[in-house]
Amino acid sequence: MNQFVHYLRNYKKESVIGPLFKLLEACFELLVPLVMASIIDTGIANHDKGHIYRMGGILVLLGVVGLICSVTAQYFAAKASVGFGTAIRKDLFQHINTLSYREIDKLGTSTLITRITSDINQMQTVVNLVLRLFLRSPFVVIGAMVMAFTVNVKGALVFVVAIPLLSIVVFGIMLSTVPLYKKVQRKLDRILLSTRENLAGVRVIRAFNRQEHEEKVFRDTSNELYKLQIFVGKVSSVLNPLTYIIVNLALIAIIWIGGIEVDSGIIKVGEVTALVNYMSQILVELIKLVNLIINITKGIACSNRVQEIFNEQPSLVSPDHSASIPDSDIAVAFDHVTFSYHSGQEAALENISFTAKKGETIGIIGGTGSGKSSLVNLIPRFYDTSSGEVRIHGLPVQDYNFDDLRTRIGVVPQRAVLFKGTIRENMKWGNQNATDEEIMEALTIAQAKDVVEQKDGKLDFLIEQEGKNLSGGQKQRLTIARALVKHPEILILDDSASALDFATDARLRKALAECSSSTVFLVSQRSATVKNADKIIVLDDGQMAGIGTHQELYETCEVYKEICDSQLSKEEVQK
Amino acid sequence: MAAKQKNTINKRTLKRVLTYIRPYWLHLVCSLLLTFVNVGLTLYVPILIGDSIDYIIGEGNVDFTALTQILFRFAIVVLCTALAQWFMNLFNNRITYCVVRDIRTEAFTHLQKLPVGYIDAHPYGDTISRIITDIDQFSDGLLMGFNQLFAGILTILGTLIFMLTINVKITIIVVVLTPLSLFIAAFIAKNTFNMFHRQSEARGSLTALIDEMVGNQKIVQAFAYEDEAEERFAELNHKLETCSLKAIFFSSLVNPCTRFVNSLVYAGVGIFGAISALQGHLSIGQLTKFLNYANQYTKPFNEISGVVTEFQNALASASRVFELIDEETFLPDAPNAVSLTDTKGQVELKQVYFSYTKEKPLIENFNLTVKPGQRIAIVGPTGCGKSTLINLLMRFYDINSGEIKVDQVSIYDVKRNNLRQNYGMVLQETWLKAGTIRENICYGKPDATDEEVIQAAKTAHAHSFIKRMPQKYDTVISEDGGNLSQGQKQLLCIARVLLSLPPMLILDEATSSIDTRTEIKIQKAFAHMMEGRTSFIVAHRLSTIKEADCILVMQDGHIIEQGTHEELLEKAGFYAQLYNSQFQVY
Repeated sequence: MNQFVHYLRNYKKESVIGPLFKLLEACFELLVPLVMASIIDTGIANHDKGHIYRMGGILVLLGVVGLICSVTAQYFAAKASVGFGTAIRKDLFQHINTLSYREIDKLGTSTLITRITSDINQMQTVVNLVLRLFLRSPFVVIGAMVMAFTVNVKGALVFVVAIPLLSIVVFGIMLSTVPLYKKVQRKLDRILLSTRENLAGVRVIRAFNRQEHEEKVFRDTSNELYKLQIFVGKVSSVLNPLTYIIVNLALIAIIWIGGIEVDSGIIKVGEVTALVNYMSQILVELIKLVNLIINITKGIACSNRVQEIFNEQPSLVSPDHSASIPDSDIAVAFDHVTFSYHSGQEAALENISFTAKKGETIGIIGGTGSGKSSLVNLIPRFYDTSSGEVRIHGLPVQDYNFDDLRTRIGVVPQRAVLFKGTIRENMKWGNQNATDEEIMEALTIAQAKDVVEQKDGKLDFLIEQEGKNLSGGQKQRLTIARALVKHPEILILDDSASALDFATDARLRKALAECSSSTVFLVSQRSATVKNADKIIVLDDGQMAGIGTHQELYETCEVYKEICDSQLSKEEVQK
Repeated sequence: MAAKQKNTINKRTLKRVLTYIRPYWLHLVCSLLLTFVNVGLTLYVPILIGDSIDYIIGEGNVDFTALTQILFRFAIVVLCTALAQWFMNLFNNRITYCVVRDIRTEAFTHLQKLPVGYIDAHPYGDTISRIITDIDQFSDGLLMGFNQLFAGILTILGTLIFMLTINVKITIIVVVLTPLSLFIAAFIAKNTFNMFHRQSEARGSLTALIDEMVGNQKIVQAFAYEDEAEERFAELNHKLETCSLKAIFFSSLVNPCTRFVNSLVYAGVGIFGAISALQGHLSIGQLTKFLNYANQYTKPFNEISGVVTEFQNALASASRVFELIDEETFLPDAPNAVSLTDTKGQVELKQVYFSYTKEKPLIENFNLTVKPGQRIAIVGPTGCGKSTLINLLMRFYDINSGEIKVDQVSIYDVKRNNLRQNYGMVLQETWLKAGTIRENICYGKPDATDEEVIQAAKTAHAHSFIKRMPQKYDTVISEDGGNLSQGQKQLLCIARVLLSLPPMLILDEATSSIDTRTEIKIQKAFAHMMEGRTSFIVAHRLSTIKEADCILVMQDGHIIEQGTHEELLEKAGFYAQLYNSQFQVY
């Protein structure tokens, strides 16, 4: 939590005023028992009606002033905490944007999302509570004890014994239940997992006829959770009765001691009631304090999770400006490139060298896990190489500014992702200034023109989140169009036509070759897709097994021949 | 009208809830009795305090014998109250957790009996939140709320009675002033409702944006879209800030305001009590009793207003859970349903009609006869009904009309489990359980020996990668096989089927994520597996289906062509077009 205190800097005034007014309110509250004692000891004892009314007036006044103080405190605490949450959220979002693929792979997007949403919300709530209560509650507890001393020292000694005893009970029980609650949460997670599995795997479970087994597993976990909850319940349900006993025994002691003191004329009855009242105030505040501390522990856990993300430094840093680009007819060059996802791990790519001239089409083929995607991910510098160099137009990718580099390159990823919004908005992702004509042109090349024309509102058709209202093939074609709208110098299609039938796939490749001057990288498992490329790179377990045209490779490269033979008939190989 | 309707629904939900509590009625009675005792004793304490103070009158005027006696009684009352409280907690816990466990298990068991159609049509998140969050919310809100409500009402009534026995006038002051705090709380709640609504809307749209942008961070970066994303984020974030500030501030006014009313009540009791004391109508001890009661009396009012909202949330949650439990299950197997033994694998579809929704007919007048041991390949564009056919064969969905027979027996006369056991299925969507690799391979045959497991893995070409895993066959794979590649997952799914090896097979894009060279090797295993078994194969790759005995070309729910690879090529129809386009030269 400490790391985040500086986010309150812009709210210095608010974060001081809030607790301050809370303390003021507490002070006024602490005066109430004294005023009441005065009513009893002076007003009633001396039959002084005027005094009673005056003191009554003071009670009302204390209430009004208390109300004003606490409303002020609530406002400033709310303002500071909401501002705090907003600022952290903004910074975290910006930070996530600077992370590179390597960090995103490591953290996983779902954790990033929960941290920027619910974790920060929890932190905001805790800051609000802390500003309001953290000073107040201990202040009231200690204050009540101090006030007790001003009333009567012997009576106050009861407080000196009772307060530590209460603290031990309250915090002892709390500390012993916290790990137990964590266990309960883990069991609940198991139940959640079991439910999710049974939804996602319903076909397999029924096909293998394992419903009864799944039910048994669920019932067992559910029972374990039940037993654990009962156990935790047993421990935590001791809290209230125990504190109740301590406070009331303290009251008995106060009354007894008060009796002796009154008997010897040291204090008056009203002052005994004041002591009784202070004891009651302590109990209320301790309960608030416990709630606060539970919330603070939660808040600290959340802030640690958020801090973890902030600690994650982007492994790639973008230079402010690109270096000057030499004149070169080579679009992309790989120079002895070796790459692994984690240092010390097996290399995903080993010693890859090749060049692609401007306007050429490069096919990349290979089995699952052979390194095809890894290779194309190095071109827009999503990852850095472990050794060797990747050059675009003769300039190493490290010398490009990220924005500049990535505007030159159009990427169509394996998984077709579209965003909530109209088709037009989605198409403008890579080029905010694209006209409708440019968009339609890109859609035509991507074979997506008919998709758009079928939809109500054409370019204004509203795509749902993740493109749920489109089929897989439609999404793929739209993502291809989105990349084409950029007019990229280099276009990368990372197995992005897998959901298209063969006829559409073929038409798409034809249109791409005719209409676009880009250097194109075609990644595929289908040999038919890459067969007509200017150059084909064959990857096998991260190694380059061959490079050349279809004919050359078919004759010289064993791996390539095997792939072709597995997919194409003899005549087709020759075609 | 709508409110009335909602009311009856709430009543019905409440009745349902009571049926779940019924098995624990004894616990409930004990809990209520203990609550009664607890409230009574707690209210007795101020009287004891007041009385004991009345024995302390002034210097040299303290009745110590009486004081000792009453303090001794005080101590006993305190101990009894604490015990009652403790046992009440224990009973409440037991009721709550038992009911939660019961409902949760029932909901889960019910889930197993729901048609696949229901599960397909409802987002998983929704069903999960019904079984997990809603049931928790319901137990917290309803059962604990009920107890607090009961205790609260008892406290209010008890306090009133105790106060009335002491002094009627001052009681009236308390009774008249207290509802003020209720009005204020209700007024604030009503006005903040809209603010909270706006806050959750703002939060919702911000979360949606985060979900999209962070969830697809790689694409954001690939398109250098960071600045635009940050701009959109900042706008929504600012909106949320404004809404949150209002909602949080105004809702936090409830506490100071009700406390203000309390202090007014306190002052009122103080003044009038003191005046009455002057007139000799009230002792100082009785005044302390009143002051204590004034504090206690307002507390349950504040709590009750909170409990009521909780209560309503809980009822809403409960009705969501019941909605799931009431969802119609598939019809149980007919009592005279048979089991297929020694299945030959003759499959016949006659005039089958099927659609997922009434408006959109999908499969119409579908006819097909498959001889035992035949290999049927199904091809066609996306959405042509390939996967639907499998849903029908496995009886995941029931047909609208027509007939499906296996070995001359209608599948609707066969026990579901038995029918499904006769099929081995590998789907494109690879689903694995969180558990060890061994458990996953054994899923269809839990009593398989290690040798059998390894043999199946070897045949599926999964053995070599499993061997390289840290704990080999005992490596735990995370939820939905997170730490495996798509291809590896598919190999495990294939091994899983290889181990149980039923008489008929369904392979839906079973090798789509496996590279072609491994695929060839697996094809050999498949070929061996399909030997003598009726098989249905769905595939994109035409190379995988060339060897089928019969290829069905489907479009829009109809079979438009049927025959062997050679026959269909000769026909020069849709299949030939599809096949040739694969190799078209541009």
